[in-house]
Amino acid sequence: MLTLIAKRAVLGVFTLWLVSVLVFAGTEILPGDVAGAILGQSATPESLARLRAELGLDVPALQRYAEWLTGFVQGDMGRSMASGQPVADLLWPRFWNTMALAAYAGAIAVPLAVGLGITAAALRGGIFDRVSNVAALAFVSLPEYFLGLLLVLWLSVKTGWLPSLADTYDGMGLAAWFRATTLPMLVLVMVTTAQILRMTRTTVLGVMDQPYVETAFLKGLRNGRVVLRHATPNAAAPIVNVVSFNIAYLITGVVLVEAVFNYNGLGRFMVDAVSRRDLPLVQAAAMIFGGVYVFLNMVADIAAIALNPRLRHPRGKEA
Amino acid sequence: MSDDILRIRDLRVSTDTGVELLHGVSLELERGEILGLIGESGAGKSTIGLAAMGYGRGGCRITGGEVQLAGKDLASCTRREREAVRGARIAYVAQSAAAAFNPAHRLEKQIIEAPLYHGLMTEAEARAWMVELFTALGLPEPETFGRRFPHQVSGGQLQRAMVALAMACKPDVLVLDEPTTALDVTTQIEVLRLLRDTIRKYETSALYITHDLAVIAQVADRLVVLRHGQEVETGPTQQILTAPREDYTRRLVSERQASLSAPAGAAHKTGQELLRVEEVDATYGKAPVLSGIDLSVKQGETVAIVGESGSGKSTLARVVAGLLPPSRGRVAFDGAALPPSYRRRGKDLLRRIQLIYQLPDVALNPRQTVAEAIGRPLSRFQGLTGGANRAEVLRLLDQIGLPAEMADRLPGALSGGQKQRVCIARALAAKPDLIICDEVTSALDPLVAEDILRLLRRLQDELGITYLFITHDLSVVKRLADRTVVMQKGRIVEEAETDRLFAAPAQAYTRGLLASVPQLDPGWLDSVLTAP
Repeated sequence: MLTLIAKRAVLGVFTLWLVSVLVFAGTEILPGDVAGAILGQSATPESLARLRAELGLDVPALQRYAEWLTGFVQGDMGRSMASGQPVADLLWPRFWNTMALAAYAGAIAVPLAVGLGITAAALRGGIFDRVSNVAALAFVSLPEYFLGLLLVLWLSVKTGWLPSLADTYDGMGLAAWFRATTLPMLVLVMVTTAQILRMTRTTVLGVMDQPYVETAFLKGLRNGRVVLRHATPNAAAPIVNVVSFNIAYLITGVVLVEAVFNYNGLGRFMVDAVSRRDLPLVQAAAMIFGGVYVFLNMVADIAAIALNPRLRHPRGKEA
Repeated sequence: MSDDILRIRDLRVSTDTGVELLHGVSLELERGEILGLIGESGAGKSTIGLAAMGYGRGGCRITGGEVQLAGKDLASCTRREREAVRGARIAYVAQSAAAAFNPAHRLEKQIIEAPLYHGLMTEAEARAWMVELFTALGLPEPETFGRRFPHQVSGGQLQRAMVALAMACKPDVLVLDEPTTALDVTTQIEVLRLLRDTIRKYETSALYITHDLAVIAQVADRLVVLRHGQEVETGPTQQILTAPREDYTRRLVSERQASLSAPAGAAHKTGQELLRVEEVDATYGKAPVLSGIDLSVKQGETVAIVGESGSGKSTLARVVAGLLPPSRGRVAFDGAALPPSYRRRGKDLLRRIQLIYQLPDVALNPRQTVAEAIGRPLSRFQGLTGGANRAEVLRLLDQIGLPAEMADRLPGALSGGQKQRVCIARALAAKPDLIICDEVTSALDPLVAEDILRLLRRLQDELGITYLFITHDLSVVKRLADRTVVMQKGRIVEEAETDRLFAAPAQAYTRGLLASVPQLDPGWLDSVLTAP
């Protein structure tokens, strides 16, 4: 089993390297360059060439890639082309903002969704199952900015319970932070809960058709116990998968929610960087996103390996 | 009568779509008695077994009659009352223990769950009882056997552990649903003995469900013969076997003793060698599965390859078919070397070697009609299209004994035997020289299997086809094969004319294999076990 996990980890590193190639190639073929963006209308061919040389853009792409990658591996993300500040100084605060919001939403959404999904499966066909199904479908199909605006309308404009903008700043109190971020958290919880719930329910129901579940029923066990003890352990791997997928979404896919609530996260940071053609920022943000995806998928796969009794307790070895 | 532990009266069970599966079945089970339920698939055997526990599979419901277990009617009592009885007073042994054990938990956790849940024993008592059962069932290291996970023990051991699971609450009644059908013959004999002895030792009553008359003859006191959800006849085992009253029962009994006595059409036997396998080794990954296989098959001949699971017989079929290139050795077909992989075999070679599989359900595309399935090889190999294709499809259907109106049906609308006939027609459409039959009758009911064997035999007489017949069923071999090859652990143990092999097997392994085939004689199991 350890070899399998090691193999998976090596594959993760390899995937990350592929991501770096794609990110670099992708930003290379982006139309226009930062020199053009900085100089704007006043650019002359001479001034463009001078600025390019200054920024190191005249070096061959392969060499720039090698330098960028070695720098990146050592934690040096380069400097912003627009402001000249180190990328790391600009990026990490935003990254932690995004992580904080994702953690807030995930800590509520994951247990809630898995619990509701298992309950819906146990009460298949009942009122609870049908209502949760319809609600989940509604949340999945509504665009998140629309959900966000609805919440702002009800919980902020009409009732005034919560602020409509998620303004956060250094040194703000914990209570104030929670108050400011609760609305975007609610939107994220709705969207992710819906997906995890539906997936959990489907997976558990799939296992419910297995002969060993029938065995459990024929022992005279009650429905709830059969679902919890006999079906759910065998549904764990796919559930972990969809959970990790949704956590990845919470970190990397929330740019619209950040925009609606004016939250200072990594998604907006990257969009702004793209519009300014600030390639080092774009590359660094893309690598962070890619890294998060690769890491979470790797965790899900390793969890699936670790949860498989056949791999955990190989044949031929006693218990 | 008062001593009946289980009494079923006029039991009716319907699916959730309203189709009635059981049309009023009645039976009584006395204390300590083993009652055999026998019949083909679809006869309603399992439905009765589960209904005896107040359980319906996949939306089936009891719609009429009563199921009295120790005086309580499971058909009319509340769900809580049913759950209290299930597992505790009546317990179930499934056909496939491998599927019936939860892969996520250790055996002991699953076995002691029911007695603890029902509050019948303390954990220490339940464990002690489990160890006693393991010992009675001949499981290795009974003290620690329960620490294993289901995938860590063999099929025969798991099936015995399933019996321990069912006996965990010391139930009054066991429902055994084909408990040895999934096992190899030599394993079956052992499990059968332990099963019978354990049931007798603890004076448990049992409903024993099977389609195999010879197996049930060894264990049951009385038999109920079922067909289409109705009782055909009931009687003591000896009487049903020796003096059946109903015609259907007579056919079931005589099928076991039947033989296709007429020798295969000698006209086609040219004595010319069609297939030659020389010094073939094959591996799956690094694990060797075949070593040093030599085999020769003559034109128009039927060669059976028999062996237990894991003997490599199906792998040999895959090597010949080109699905698994051998790691060493040569295969020659009709005098010329056969490319190891089917990918490198020309269209004509592919046409000349055809394969028929064990499971016709899986081998047919559910979205293709019968005519499409059979018509495809006709257009590919013979270039027949349109009306000519259709005419040939109908001719083939006639040849395999299916009516022409079947041509436009989808496989879902056919029975298992009909599907297997379509698979045979599809193979015939290529006009092959060699057909590899991989357990083609194993998934079929005895009487249907008998028909398929007759069909294969007739086609050989008419067309001179050569068969390579892979099977674990020795009674099939006896009826069909000219020569028989016995395999064990990837090697050929013995090879001889079928008659000679059965009359005077040279190898101890072959003798053991032959002796393990259940016989209709109710004393057979004891005679085998007492034999040296």
